[in-house]
Amino acid sequence: MKLTIERAALLKSLGHVQSVVERRNTIPILSNVKIDAGDASVRLNATDMDLDIVEAATADVSTPGSTTVSAHTLYDIVRKLPDGAQIDIDAAGDGQVVLSAGRSRFTLASLPTDEFPVLSGGELPHQFTLSAAELRGLIDRTRFAISTEETRYYLNGIYLHKAESDGTALLRAVATDGHRLASVEVPLPAGAEEVPGVIVPRKAVAELRKLIDESGDEVAVSMSESKIRFAFDDAVLTSKLIDGTFPDYQRVIPAGNDKVMEVECKSFADAVDRVSAISSEKSRAIKLALSGGTLVLSASSPEHGSATEEIEVAFDGDELEIGFNSAYLLDVTRQIEGEMARFTMADAASPTVMQETDDTSALYVLMPMRV
Amino acid sequence: MAQNGLEDTAAVPLEPASQAALKPPETLRTGAGPTLCRDCLSYFPDGPLDCPACGSIRVICHAELAGLDIAHIDCDAFYAAVEKRDDPSLRDKPVIVGHAGGRGVVTTACYIARQFGPRSAMPMFKAMEMCPGAVVVPTDMAKYRQVSQQIKAIFLDATPVIQPVSLDEAYLDMSDEARGVSDPLPAMALAEAQRRIEDEVGITVSIGLSYNKFLAKLASDLDKPRGFSVIGEAEAKEFVATLPVSKINGVGKVTAAKMAEQGIETIGQLQDMPEMELVARYGKFGRRLAGYVQGEDGRKVNTDGTSKSVSAETTFRQNMNGADALKEAVGPLCERVGKRLADKGIAGGTVVLKLKTGDFQILTRNRQLPNPTQKADVIRYHAEALIEAEADGRYFRLIGIGVADLCSAIEADPPDLFSGLE
Repeated sequence: MKLTIERAALLKSLGHVQSVVERRNTIPILSNVKIDAGDASVRLNATDMDLDIVEAATADVSTPGSTTVSAHTLYDIVRKLPDGAQIDIDAAGDGQVVLSAGRSRFTLASLPTDEFPVLSGGELPHQFTLSAAELRGLIDRTRFAISTEETRYYLNGIYLHKAESDGTALLRAVATDGHRLASVEVPLPAGAEEVPGVIVPRKAVAELRKLIDESGDEVAVSMSESKIRFAFDDAVLTSKLIDGTFPDYQRVIPAGNDKVMEVECKSFADAVDRVSAISSEKSRAIKLALSGGTLVLSASSPEHGSATEEIEVAFDGDELEIGFNSAYLLDVTRQIEGEMARFTMADAASPTVMQETDDTSALYVLMPMRV
Repeated sequence: MAQNGLEDTAAVPLEPASQAALKPPETLRTGAGPTLCRDCLSYFPDGPLDCPACGSIRVICHAELAGLDIAHIDCDAFYAAVEKRDDPSLRDKPVIVGHAGGRGVVTTACYIARQFGPRSAMPMFKAMEMCPGAVVVPTDMAKYRQVSQQIKAIFLDATPVIQPVSLDEAYLDMSDEARGVSDPLPAMALAEAQRRIEDEVGITVSIGLSYNKFLAKLASDLDKPRGFSVIGEAEAKEFVATLPVSKINGVGKVTAAKMAEQGIETIGQLQDMPEMELVARYGKFGRRLAGYVQGEDGRKVNTDGTSKSVSAETTFRQNMNGADALKEAVGPLCERVGKRLADKGIAGGTVVLKLKTGDFQILTRNRQLPNPTQKADVIRYHAEALIEAEADGRYFRLIGIGVADLCSAIEADPPDLFSGLE
């Protein structure tokens, strides 16, 4: 295998695939990226056995062929080469790959290509297309709520599934860590009528998100019950799905909350941010006291003191005091693009629903804190 | 605990230590320095070696007696003493408290039993070989806890600043600031508490009085049982120099063996080493060690009395290996820890797994939790993950699980949308 590639093209593709590779690997081949040179392009492939990314880049290939080298070493070298450099990669055999650019020359150890594991997609019977904007929305507005707690591994991802609301078929993404829940939906795309409910793991979500911004307008999604694949113009991400049952989240979305508060989202978020400067680092607790058209935000901590801020809201229920983790409030308000946010509450101990007043495609549930 | 007591405390009113003072040389009979009579609590600023007020020879005489204010209290063969109190037929018999089964260990041996060799933590079968006539009484922690509370209540009359170490051991800050009064003298208040415990609770305790915790603990061990020993500043350094290194709190078998390898047997041999060298040799502990060997200890008597961890452990009947067997064993321990956390209204932020290998090496492994918990199943989940990493085929004889980083239950297990659903 012998090829020449421009630094920028290699760096971009390598940047995507190398982050799949775990820093510490017990299986040597999993530290490597597979370089596959075809006619006028090169395909880079990295995997951790659960997640696999293949990305193509334009290259001047003189001898087609393939090899594998350490992904992090290669990335490190390419990163440090000067902008605009032309990189020659030559896998002459003998377990070595020679990389040269300008006056730099590197000899890298390689491992045989046939040892490189293939995460076979298997049959992926459900196929549909999402716009990049739709996929971005599904991810951005839910991923902050993904649990990192291994105890409930089935919450360590985004639950993607078919749903229905007022007779409209929907594709819905839900993530929760038990303290907050985010649910976002888009119209069900053609081809997704029979999709099973699947849980896309956190790491796949993170890598997927990076690919969206640098790709075209459409993403082809295909899936089975155990795998999901996202195909972009130049890149294909295939991931195993979390083998578990997502809890019946519908039951924790309260339907009977009757205390409704509407607030200008930006000023609310700013006030929360300011007041939370005082709240204890551990709990990040902040208190919301509602009375008539006034919301008083307050926080206190034995070390730092106390803070209050008053803002005007639309609220017509009885007086209410309720506590929240300020970081969770900010996570949600950051996702709200419209001007107004609506809180639907019951009491200080029951889950509160947050939504954008003018866009009900996203819904957030927050568990209050004891304050 | 001292191992040199020859009689049993409950049975014999006099102990060997005071017998030595039976016939002091005539020259010492007056002008011996500040003296307190432990029987009638009379104090003589420059007293004789027996009490002019009541004639008792149980007097404490020490030049710094009036100035020392840190005490260490240690109950004498505590569990055994409680059992003897409750069953007078055991009074003159060798009594061993502990589990009688095949792999059981001695929790406490009374002073009569100790003459034959049994000691705490000794395997029961070995203890029974040494002392076949011993009566084995099963442990009754609930009862000991209750007696411990009674004792604590009496010491609380002496000072509000008490740091319990275990059920039968505590440090007391007897300083004027801690007590808010300067009268009676610390030694007098302690002697009174000691006497009251004998009268009201029916067991004996030994007291060590000094000017820091390290020395107070050494002192309580000097004159056991029913002892009262004093270590003053003047003799502290010289006194500790003669002790074996194993007397230092924190020098266990491993460190002692390491020191022995380097030819160090007594604390005196450590006294000439600069702190830097001690740290280089023994790690972070070297810093505290540097103070200890000079008779210095800056640790305060920790008033809040809160424990740093809650744990439970069990010794297997037969050594075990394999993750599954260990996980099965840890389940009930997690339940116990969870229950004790709930009873105390506290929670833990770190799960600690303890394993003792077949050759008595102790391993501990920690894991920090996303949220503090008091739930047995959360503790268990993390315990199992820790076990998974250690269960590589080695055999273990003991497993323990605990939580540290204790906090109030209010901070624990934040309300969860799914609790009750799963």
